[in-house]
Amino acid sequence: MIQLKNIKKSFNGKVVLDDISASFFKGKANFVIGASGSGKSVIMKCMVGLIDVDQGEIFYGQDDFVNKSYEERKLIRKEIGMLFQGTALFDSLSIEDNIAFPLRMFTKMTPEEVLDRVNFCLQRVNLSNVNKLYPSNLSGGMKKRVGIARAIALNPKYLFCDEPNSGLDPLTSRLIDELIKEITIEYNITTIINTHDMKSLFDMGDNIIYIYQGKKEWEGEKSLIRSSGNSKLLEFMKASEF
Amino acid sequence: MKFFEHFGRYTLFLLGLFKRPERFKVFAKQTLHEMSSIGVGSFGIVSLISVFTGAVSTIQIGVQLVSGLVPDYMLGTFVRDSNIYEFSPTITCLVLAGKVGSSIASEMGTMKVTEQIDALEIMGINSANYLVLPKILAGVLTIPILVVYAMVLSIIGGALSGVMGDIISVDEYVRGLRTDFVPFSVWFAIIKSTTFAFLITSISAYHGYRVEGGALEVGRGSTMAVVYSAVAVIIFDYILSDILLGA
Repeated sequence: MIQLKNIKKSFNGKVVLDDISASFFKGKANFVIGASGSGKSVIMKCMVGLIDVDQGEIFYGQDDFVNKSYEERKLIRKEIGMLFQGTALFDSLSIEDNIAFPLRMFTKMTPEEVLDRVNFCLQRVNLSNVNKLYPSNLSGGMKKRVGIARAIALNPKYLFCDEPNSGLDPLTSRLIDELIKEITIEYNITTIINTHDMKSLFDMGDNIIYIYQGKKEWEGEKSLIRSSGNSKLLEFMKASEF
Repeated sequence: MKFFEHFGRYTLFLLGLFKRPERFKVFAKQTLHEMSSIGVGSFGIVSLISVFTGAVSTIQIGVQLVSGLVPDYMLGTFVRDSNIYEFSPTITCLVLAGKVGSSIASEMGTMKVTEQIDALEIMGINSANYLVLPKILAGVLTIPILVVYAMVLSIIGGALSGVMGDIISVDEYVRGLRTDFVPFSVWFAIIKSTTFAFLITSISAYHGYRVEGGALEVGRGSTMAVVYSAVAVIIFDYILSDILLGA
């Protein structure tokens, strides 16, 4: 479980996150939704330590991430897998080497064990015969799947997905959603998904956090959204044709 | 003010680099790969420039020695010294500031804007240490070798143009090369080129690393890397000459 407590973040005096508190649960698909520029990506970047918060606490289990040193944070980061909006696969490495990268850096696996794990991860995301290809040889959907395969290579406790469906056709989007949901349940991990794709949310969301102009407007289960009574959330849903 | 801001950020960037690598085997592999890219990949351009620098210096010095007050063989001495002390280390490194510097900055900048550096950080890898330190080490190890190679080629280029242009005979030229040779001149060039190598690779990586935005910013970062590396090379050329050769 991850908990945010009173997170604040400003850039050049402009408040981007204003006193955000939220909980993200284990084995659940936790959605952070909101319009573009609402602060969703900043929350995620703060949670993984790419941006330091101005104020507040972030707990991974019992560990306060904010007050840890760089080296201590690295230990927590090794339990994090992240699927980036643009996939962030390493251009200069083959697909096999991309997935093997964290295994080679952080485990003492033999080359054979690394290859077995790479193949297992690729099979898990329904890809085959792509080991020797490079990211530039793959379609957007395949890149996303490779991104997921790399993210789960080290058996993470936490999976962050930043706009996992962006730039994908509706069919591929659903496949990626299903994959993320399956992996979340199968490995009992805490998954956090940033999106403004409401179809995704209704298909696979468990716990929802709605952000509006840097503030948390609403938090609750998917089934309670329509009866939330929150006018901003309802307006956001209406604009998304839901 | 901007200069001090950059200097402070650059210093912090360097301090963040020098940490123990996560995996020595991976670090060594990266360094060898960079040595091949920076060193082997630059042999062609360095060869071309060195031969022509030597050739041109022979012609230009030859033109100025028509008075007869200076013996002909001294042409070899002047070509040797000008190339070893100045042309080979400085011109080679200025060219490498363009070739290697822009390559490093654009590679780092592209990795930054496509979130590949963020991906490394989230995995718990010190991205600067993993990406930049092998480049600096590779530059510091290979660029001085390229400079020594450039010295040899420029002297050969000087001989070729001297003979082909009927400016000096081979015997006279070799006599000049062997006159009053100061072995420290080679060490001076190696010290200079090692310093330049560090400046080129670290400044370029710094400019690539701080790129934010898109393709346009990557281009700008790359240009800044080349400009600042070249300026640093020129400034340190003066500083090192003053320290190591000054009275």
